[in-house]
Amino acid sequence: MGEAAITTAIATDPAVELTGITKRFPGVIANRDVRLSVAKGHIHAIVGENGAGKSTLMKILYGMQRPDEGEIRINGSAVSFHTPGDAIGAGIGMVHQHFMLADNLTVLENVILGSEPRKGGLAIDFGAARKKIRELSDAYGLGVEPDALVEELGVGDRQRVEILKVLYRGARILILDEPTAVLVPHEVDELFDNLRVLVREGLTILFISHKLDEVLKVADAITVIRRGTTVASVEPSGVTARKLAELMVGSELPSPETRESTVTDVVTLEVSGLTMVAPGHGPVPKGTSAEQLKADGVRLLLEDISFTIHKGEVLGIAGVEGNGQAELVEAIMGMRSITAGTISLGGADITAWSTLKRREGGIGFIPEDRHRHGLLLEAPLWENRILGHQTREPNVKGVWIDRAGARKDTQRIVDEYDVRTPGIDVDAAALSGGNQQKLIVGREMSGEPVLLIASHPTRGVDVGAQAAIWDHLRNARAAGLAVLLISADLDELIGLSDSLKVILRGRIVADVDPGAVTPEQLGSAMTGAGEDT
Amino acid sequence: MSAFMERLTGRVKLDGVFAIVAPVLAVVFAGLVTSVVLLIAGNSPADAFTTLLDQGSTPRIIVLILNTSAAYYLSAVAVAIGFRMNLFNIGVDGQYRLAALLAAAVGGAGLLPGVLNSLLVVLVAVLVGALWASIAGLLKVTRGVSEVISTIMLNAIATGLTGWLLTADRLGVLSGNAIGTTPIPEDAHAPGWALIPGTPMQVNSFLIVAIIVGVGYAVLLNRTRFGFNLRATGRSEPAAVASGVDVKRMVISAMVISGAVAGLVGMPELLGGSFQYSLNFPAGLGFTGIAIALLGRNNAVGMAVGALLWAFLDSSSNALQILDISKELVDIMKGVIVLSVIIAYELVHRYRTVAAQRRVSRELAAPAEVEGAAV
Ligand SMILES: Nc1ncnc2c1ncn2[C@@H]1O[C@H](COP(=O)(O)OP(=O)(O)OP(=O)(O)O)[C@@H](O)[C@H]1O
Ligand SMILES: [Mg+2]
Repeated sequence: MGEAAITTAIATDPAVELTGITKRFPGVIANRDVRLSVAKGHIHAIVGENGAGKSTLMKILYGMQRPDEGEIRINGSAVSFHTPGDAIGAGIGMVHQHFMLADNLTVLENVILGSEPRKGGLAIDFGAARKKIRELSDAYGLGVEPDALVEELGVGDRQRVEILKVLYRGARILILDEPTAVLVPHEVDELFDNLRVLVREGLTILFISHKLDEVLKVADAITVIRRGTTVASVEPSGVTARKLAELMVGSELPSPETRESTVTDVVTLEVSGLTMVAPGHGPVPKGTSAEQLKADGVRLLLEDISFTIHKGEVLGIAGVEGNGQAELVEAIMGMRSITAGTISLGGADITAWSTLKRREGGIGFIPEDRHRHGLLLEAPLWENRILGHQTREPNVKGVWIDRAGARKDTQRIVDEYDVRTPGIDVDAAALSGGNQQKLIVGREMSGEPVLLIASHPTRGVDVGAQAAIWDHLRNARAAGLAVLLISADLDELIGLSDSLKVILRGRIVADVDPGAVTPEQLGSAMTGAGEDT
Repeated sequence: MSAFMERLTGRVKLDGVFAIVAPVLAVVFAGLVTSVVLLIAGNSPADAFTTLLDQGSTPRIIVLILNTSAAYYLSAVAVAIGFRMNLFNIGVDGQYRLAALLAAAVGGAGLLPGVLNSLLVVLVAVLVGALWASIAGLLKVTRGVSEVISTIMLNAIATGLTGWLLTADRLGVLSGNAIGTTPIPEDAHAPGWALIPGTPMQVNSFLIVAIIVGVGYAVLLNRTRFGFNLRATGRSEPAAVASGVDVKRMVISAMVISGAVAGLVGMPELLGGSFQYSLNFPAGLGFTGIAIALLGRNNAVGMAVGALLWAFLDSSSNALQILDISKELVDIMKGVIVLSVIIAYELVHRYRTVAAQRRVSRELAAPAEVEGAAV
């Protein structure tokens, strides 16, 4: 429908045209006179360092934030959005970096939530909705099953559900904010295949990413944002990742390579026989063996996991998200109870210790979901410095909070980790995603931890900051830090790890030599392709 | 929506002048609405407000205001402790009434001499309040029962329980046809001082207790580890868990402290006014506390101002009858204040955001060449 009109429009008007967009926040200008033109049917990538203003710009286009100045044109006509509802009405949809699906509902229910089709104005017309979802899924090759439960889907599938949800609402322009940050390479490839189908069908896609190789692979056009303003628009054929990085931050592409080994023979963390049953099985006697449980048909989230990490060693865990990594981390942190197994730190059995005691024992924790587990978004940075270190210097003196000490140390983190912020009194919510991450990394590296549990430590940070975080990790490792590293970035995982294990469906299925494996081999091991070998 | 709730319960700061502007705006607005009501009813707003102020500045009423506000303030602090942790302790009302009854019974028995007896009464009240509130905490922690539901139910149970206990063969004694607990011996009455010249009425020592509790509240929340954990739990439970806070223990502790303070709410009246628990013992102070906690945004000073304002309106409203105006007008005014305070905080919040952005743009307008330097 309207095919002819669309074809003629392609020649004339860009799908999205932003001119002179300016957005100010207290203490910073997030966007300054931004110009951006996105051709119809293009995959248009936006790159730039942390805090450059990418998310803000996209939120403006999606009606979540209002520009102080500037004009938005969609398909040639000027628009003004007050809410995301207005943007959706104009055919714009956005998939946020953090998925917003309800776990305990089906795909169908999630997709129609908020725009339920009504039969005769009353009952929800599930039949019609199911049909429409199937049609969309087939048309764009998304492979989404309407009646699947969301909690049983992996990240890649969830992302497709998010995309479908946006398409269901009639979006013709799709915004994806760091869609690949949570994906492992083969999922990224699948996503890009989906995106190519979508643009072939005439949709326009805007996406943000810090992974420059991916950007070069999939984008038709690239815009570089620096300090809130567009500094370059380039064709992917005309640049290299190195050149892009220079445009963004003026520095070279970092490499996660660690050269000489610092592994000692002192054991820091020892995990043995760790087993965790899925919730909803009722009580299981503690200490029941994994085999016994499996024989009884109990679903296991973690099955008989054992490993040791030595002083000065980085142990990498490779796996597609949702295969037990989150559970493993939370078990080690004492945030979830385990069914069987023991955990010991520096020779002491900590299986029964509380999270607080484990943290006091020297475990640092970079959580995978920084908003949920890592920050108090509505609290100032210096209070966030105290979080997780409430019982330790320099944050407290006895039972009292030491404001001066905490503030001084927050300033140190801000300086050392290059957290871009107007000050330490602003709320954490006001920081860009990457800068929030830098703050957390800096905090968790404070107080000389003996063990660092790092889930995606550089997720969402730009290439420059990534190099800095890697340096910090390497230095701490040389000084004796043991690290449990979980990452979807296989280059990071291979480059930083001294030893590597692959986790699949809650089990360690392979040991890999990081010195000899390629990302491709590791990627296929993670999906179970190499399980028998 | 949730951000709105956070602003409402004061977990988002309004600093500087805005913290003062918002409630002042609300009170002014409430005054305007009340004026309209008065005009419609055919009365003169000017006369009414002058009468309120005149009455409120007589020495006798000033003392009354001070004494009443002590109880209001304690109630507000009890509510605020829960609010800061996202716990809605609706049960302050039941907690203080039950606490006052049992404390009155113990005090009336005269087990200890003099001031020791008054201390015992206070101790019993604090313990009973804490225990009664801890039931809601335990239910939440072990059974996941929302504290809103359980405290409402506990209020109803407390009402039944006090009624049942206050009968002649239990804790009650009949004097004439009124029933109450045995009056507390005179040597255990709370001391007071005739501070305000022009009246023999005494300012009760519980005013000092209220001030101490207020200071303690501010210090506990803002300066101690416990307070940090409490606020962290209120802001984000998952983040608090990951940081090592034992949330279950925090829920119980917060309820217990809130209940302990709630136990004090009835003390100014019991040890400073009626000296016994009877059917006339003031009820509903727990709900007043909720209103004042909202008005003062859980801030120690803000709630003090709120408590004084509430006490002023209550104590001077009788005078309106001289003008043939129903004293219920003051209730309308109080209701409007709470509503407009919510609106005012929202308006001020928005104004502040816009103002900050203007300021930023003005400051940044001058040195425009900075950006040109980049590459
Ligand atoms: N709600 C807010 N209040 C105040 N400042 C904000 C707010 N949101 C963003 N900012 C500021 O605006 C700037 C741009 O932030 P934005 O989130 O757009 O960056 P970004 O390019 O997406 O960075 P990242 O790659 O780290 O996600 C930052 O300096 C940030 O601190
Ligand atoms: Mg961003």
